[in-house]
Amino acid sequence: MTDAMALEVKDLSVDFHTDGGVVHAVRAANISVREGAILGLVGESGSGKSVTSLAVLRLLGTTRAKITGGQILFRGENLLDKTEKEMCAIRGPHIGMVSQNALSALDPSFTIGAQLVEVIRLHQGVDKATARIKALEALDLVALPDSKRRLKAYPHELSGGQRQRVVIAIALSCRPELLLADEPTTALDATVQKQILDLLLDINAELGTSILLVTHDFGVVAHVCTDVTVMRRGDVLESGPVEQVLTRPQHPYTQGLMRAVPHLHLDEATRSVPRADRRLFEFRTEDKETLDVA
Amino acid sequence: MSPSAPLMSVTNLRKVFGVRDENGKRADFVAVDDVGFEVNRGETFGLIGESGSGKTTTGRMVLGLEKATSGSVTYEGNELVGLSDLDMRRYRKHVQIVFQDSGSAFNPRRSVGAQIAYPLTLFRMASRTEARAKVLDLLDRVGLQPSHYDRYVHEFSGGQRQRLGIARALVTDPDFIVLDEPTAALDVSVQAQILNLLKDLQRERKLTMLLITHNLALVEHMCEHAGVLDHGKLVESGPVDDLLTNPVSDITRKLVDAVLEPELSATRG
Repeated sequence: MTDAMALEVKDLSVDFHTDGGVVHAVRAANISVREGAILGLVGESGSGKSVTSLAVLRLLGTTRAKITGGQILFRGENLLDKTEKEMCAIRGPHIGMVSQNALSALDPSFTIGAQLVEVIRLHQGVDKATARIKALEALDLVALPDSKRRLKAYPHELSGGQRQRVVIAIALSCRPELLLADEPTTALDATVQKQILDLLLDINAELGTSILLVTHDFGVVAHVCTDVTVMRRGDVLESGPVEQVLTRPQHPYTQGLMRAVPHLHLDEATRSVPRADRRLFEFRTEDKETLDVA
Repeated sequence: MSPSAPLMSVTNLRKVFGVRDENGKRADFVAVDDVGFEVNRGETFGLIGESGSGKTTTGRMVLGLEKATSGSVTYEGNELVGLSDLDMRRYRKHVQIVFQDSGSAFNPRRSVGAQIAYPLTLFRMASRTEARAKVLDLLDRVGLQPSHYDRYVHEFSGGQRQRLGIARALVTDPDFIVLDEPTAALDVSVQAQILNLLKDLQRERKLTMLLITHNLALVEHMCEHAGVLDHGKLVESGPVDDLLTNPVSDITRKLVDAVLEPELSATRG
């Protein structure tokens, strides 16, 4: 890992123009992913974490969403100055995306192989045979067993974890420098979640891919991330190395969130309380007002 | 019946679904195979397993929402398997369920209050005015406002929908509640509120609960006893303090290892 930045989001603001007025989904957010690092972007629903990652790819889609300010620096260039055509050359070869719902990211009418080959041919301009070999390599990289046969499988024939592996394979097939993963394991079983996260760790170590991991789960952060940024209601509240944020969270919101999570391994003090009396930390209405002011 | 006897006991419970194999031939799929456990009064029993382990099917059979192929479920000593529909309906006011996605369990075209009140009139437990008063009380208890009575389900957030689901489950004053992944779709801070609410309600109403989940941290937090299902079989069960600290079966160990704690472990590189 170096001090160079794979991605720098500077003072990014995103507004949504809804029927009920303007919603400031992201407010002057600063987020940096160091080269070779895995940044966990943590927040609850409505925090702006997913909007931020979509803004990086300029995939905010609707005409109601407007990027009102800031810069997104990738390889020394501001992505917000790029034309749509230039962005197409960046999405895929340079920045890959893995979404939460692998089933909706894959087309049900085409085989896994066809969908991999399409992406590889589009971005790398190789012939079909070469693309097929590369597709196989991509599936082997994500440790999908029996990859040759899987090329001919349709998405519905695979389990949730296998589909997520395929989506990761597609995202990595062009060896992007940066991978955006938006809640990649939320829909999966605990055991499968761990396998997919370990896969991301392997990819990060072997290929040096920098990863921006959007999540609401501090357990996921503790398992894979090197750095953390915490967002709430469009604001970045806290950022830093994972050791610092998880062991000495500075912001009351981060502290509260961490205490709200049920634990499997309890300390003696907690265990000595009868189970029926144990309660998790809750933000009270007063706390919310203080947080809003802060 | 002595007070120490379990409220609910399940023995040799089995569920076989008829499916079609690759060649279109009829085949049997055993979803739940010889499962047995007991749930003590006022306690929460955790039913743990990965997707496809049969935990939800077991929960549904306990409620009579799914017919057991064989085996027995007794509630206060009364056999439930093979009950007539009428007797089952009588039993239903004692046992209720909170689903993972309570939002989809409400009719989008009717006000939520009327739907929560419906079982009261169905079971002739209250007049219309009494039912409304009772629902308003319950809404208040689960942290909602009286003005929410006449709203529709799409107007509520995920956490509020789960509160509505809990209110509806409690309206007939049941003794036993099945919670099927009640917080899987919620934000961390909302999950904490819902879990705390469930514990408070359990104490106030002496509720007995069956928690279906794959999240062991939830089981540690909520349950005194638990059982682990794997491919329809109960592979291990016992007090949670033993089960999760000294797991015997491979699947339990695998599930324990898969829990990601929000702290940095010493082994992490």
